[in-house]
Amino acid sequence: MGAPEFPPRKAIEDRGVLRFLTCGSVDDGKSTLIGRLLYDAKAILADTLRAVEHSSRKRGLTATDLSLLTDGLVAEREQGITIDVAYRYFSTGKRKYVIADAPGHEQYTRNMVTAASTADLAVILVDARKGVLTQSRRHSAIASLVGIRHLVVAVNKMDLVGYDQAVFERIRADYLEFARGIGIGSSDEIRFVPISALDGDMVVERGERLDWYRGPTLLDILEGASVAHDVDDRRRESFRFPVQYVCRPQRADDPALHDYRGYMGRVESGEIAVGDAVTVLPGGRETKVKDIQFDGRSLRRAVAEQSITLLLADEIDVSRGDMIVKRGAAGDRPPAVANAIRAKLCWLSATPLDPQRRYLIRHTTREVRARVASIDYRLDIATLRHLDATMLAMNDIAQVSFRLAQPIFADVYAINRATGAFIVIDETTNNTVGAGMIV
Amino acid sequence: MTARLPEPQALASRHGLGHLDWLEAEAIHILREVAGQCATPALLFSGGKDSIVLLRLAEKAFRPARFPFPLLHIDTGHNYPEVIAFRDRRAAELGERLIVRTLEQSMARGSVVLKSPGESRNKHQSVTLLEAIEEFGFDACIGGARRDEEKARAKERVFSFRDGFGQWDPKNQRPELWNLYNARVHPGENIRVFPISNWTELDVWQYIEREGLELPSIYFAHARPVVRKGDLLRPVTPLTPAGSGDAVETLTVRFRTVGDITCTAPVSSLADSVAGIIEETATTTLTERGATRLDDQTSEASMEQRKKEGYF
Repeated sequence: MGAPEFPPRKAIEDRGVLRFLTCGSVDDGKSTLIGRLLYDAKAILADTLRAVEHSSRKRGLTATDLSLLTDGLVAEREQGITIDVAYRYFSTGKRKYVIADAPGHEQYTRNMVTAASTADLAVILVDARKGVLTQSRRHSAIASLVGIRHLVVAVNKMDLVGYDQAVFERIRADYLEFARGIGIGSSDEIRFVPISALDGDMVVERGERLDWYRGPTLLDILEGASVAHDVDDRRRESFRFPVQYVCRPQRADDPALHDYRGYMGRVESGEIAVGDAVTVLPGGRETKVKDIQFDGRSLRRAVAEQSITLLLADEIDVSRGDMIVKRGAAGDRPPAVANAIRAKLCWLSATPLDPQRRYLIRHTTREVRARVASIDYRLDIATLRHLDATMLAMNDIAQVSFRLAQPIFADVYAINRATGAFIVIDETTNNTVGAGMIV
Repeated sequence: MTARLPEPQALASRHGLGHLDWLEAEAIHILREVAGQCATPALLFSGGKDSIVLLRLAEKAFRPARFPFPLLHIDTGHNYPEVIAFRDRRAAELGERLIVRTLEQSMARGSVVLKSPGESRNKHQSVTLLEAIEEFGFDACIGGARRDEEKARAKERVFSFRDGFGQWDPKNQRPELWNLYNARVHPGENIRVFPISNWTELDVWQYIEREGLELPSIYFAHARPVVRKGDLLRPVTPLTPAGSGDAVETLTVRFRTVGDITCTAPVSSLADSVAGIIEETATTTLTERGATRLDDQTSEASMEQRKKEGYF
C-alpha cells in the first residue's frame, strides 16, 4: 500500500465533523464496509493492515478480513460478532468523520441507540441476497426515533447477485414502502446506493461493475451531507444555554476579578449576541448579555456547539443546572418548564424498569428525581405499532410518563435533541439504565 | 479583554464549526462536566503531547479561574529528563498544583515488585496510580488517551467507570448517550475521563500548531544513538544500554509518543518543526503505537488486558 495522499492544507473548505453510524444485521458486512472505507480513504496504516493479515491467516482465511479492523475486543474476535459500539476515525481533508459502529446482534439494541444518539447520519446495510429484513426495519426505526434525519441504505454484496440492477431496484421499492408505512421519510432524507464492501465498488471508488448506477458513491454522499446546526438550522433554532459551571475566580492577586461571575457552558442550539435580552430558568429573572468570553477574548456572538462563558448585566444568582434562554427574540420560543414529561424511553439495563421505584433523570446539566406515572405503551420496533406493557426489559422502547420532583426546561426531542433528551440513572448502582426522548 | 476580536475563523463556514473548533468545544464541555459533577478530580499530566493539549483545553475551559483540579503525574523514574524538566516548568508557568507520585515509592512500600531490575516499569504504573487515587480520594482522573490509538480504546467511553480495584470491564460499560455524561460513583470507585477521545494523532498535531503549543525537545528531530530491533529503533541510554552484539548507530530521530524510556521507541525523522511533523503524520504508513510502543506488540489483546488491570 502506497503512502496516503494528503490534500494541501487550507486549500479546501473545512466542512467540520460528520458523525455517522453504520448498522446492519449479523453478516451484512458492516465491519467489512468500515474496513473498506478506512482502507480506501487511506486511514489504515501499514502495521494495522499487517496485524489484520496475520490474524486472518491465523483464522485460516485466505483473503484479508477487513472486519478484523473494527472488532476490537477479545470476546468479539472469539465470537466473530460486534458486541459494543466502536468509534473509528478518518479524514478526507474536506471533512473529519467519526464512525460509530453499532452492533447488529439483536440483544445489543441498546448500543445502537447509544451510537445513534450522537450521529448526524445512518448508513443502513442491507444484504442484496436477503433484502429488507426485520433487523433492517428495526435499525431504520431506531435511527428515525433517535432523530437522525439522513438515512443511507447501502445495498451490499452486489457482487453476490451479479451486480443486478433489478435486485437493487426491488430492495429500494421494498424499503420505501416500509418507510412510508411507519412514517419515516416525510421529513427525513433517504438515499440508496448499491455497493460491494468486499471489492470496494461504489464505496470510495466507483469500480466498473455497477455502471448502471449514476448516483454518488457512498463517500460522496457522506462528503455532501449536511450536519446539524448548519446556518439554516441555527436561524430556526431557539437559543439554549444550560449552565455547566459557574466561574468565580476571587483570586487574591487580582482585585479586578473579585466580582467576576462567568456562566460556563455550551450553546446547545441557536445563537446569542452581546446585548441580547435573556431569561434565566428557573425563576425567570430577566437581564442582558454583557459579554461573551472565550479564551480571554470577547466575542460579538456565539453559535450552536461553541463552549463559551456568558457574563450577564445584572448580578443574579445562577447555578449549574439553570438554563439561559433568549427573551423576546423573533422566532425564539421559550422551553417548557415541565414537572411532568412524556417520552419515548429505551431501557438499557438488564434489571427491568420498576414503576414503583424512584430514579434520577439527567437532562442537560440538571439532575432531578423522577417516578414513573404510567407506561403508555411499548413499541414493536420493526413496525412502530403500539403494544400493551406493564414493565420494560432491556432493549424495549416504550412511551412512558414521568413525574418530576423539580422542573426541567425542555423541548420536544424532534425539535431539539439537546433539550429533548435525558438519561435515567439508577441511584443504587449509579448505572445509566434508560435513554429518553421527550414527545 | 475588552478588544472585540473576530470570532474563530470556522464560523464563516455555513456547516457549523471547523473540525478543530468542534473537537475543542467538545473537550471543553467534557472538562466542565468533570468540574460540575465530580468532587475531587485530577488531571494526569506527563509532559507528553496529549496531556499538553489537555492543559491548553483546561485553560480555555476554566480561565480566568484556576483549574478545579490538581495535575498528577505517575513517574516511573524512567522518563527522559527533558520531559520531566518540561513538566515542572509548564506546571509552574500555569500556576497550578502538580502532584508527583513515583513507582519507587510503591516499590519501597512493597506494592510493586519487579521480576528483575531491568523489567519494564510501564505496566506497574497502574499500581502507583491506584495508590495515588486512594491517597487523595480522587473520584475522577482526566487523561489524554484517544480512541484512535488502539483497538480496545476504540470502545472506551468518554467517562469510563472503574471499580474499587481500578478495573475496566469492557463488557459492562455504562451506556453513554448524547452529551449526557454520568460521572456518579460510590466511594472507592472512580471515573477516568478522556476529553480528547475523538481526536486523532493528526488532529493533536494540527491543534498544537494552531495554538502554538510548546513541546519537550525530544518530539523534534535530533541525533540519538539507537539499536535496530526488528522494525523498531531502541534508544541507547544508561537504562537501556546496547547489548554486546548490538550495532549502535547514531540516527536522526524524533519521538511520536513520550513515555517510559524502556518501552518507547523513536522513529527516523528529519521533522524539526510542528509543520514538518504534521506533514509526516499525514503521510505516515505506521500507527502511532505500532511505530513506537515496544509493549503493545506482545499479543493481539495486550492493551485490553492491561486496561482491565487498571492501566490508563
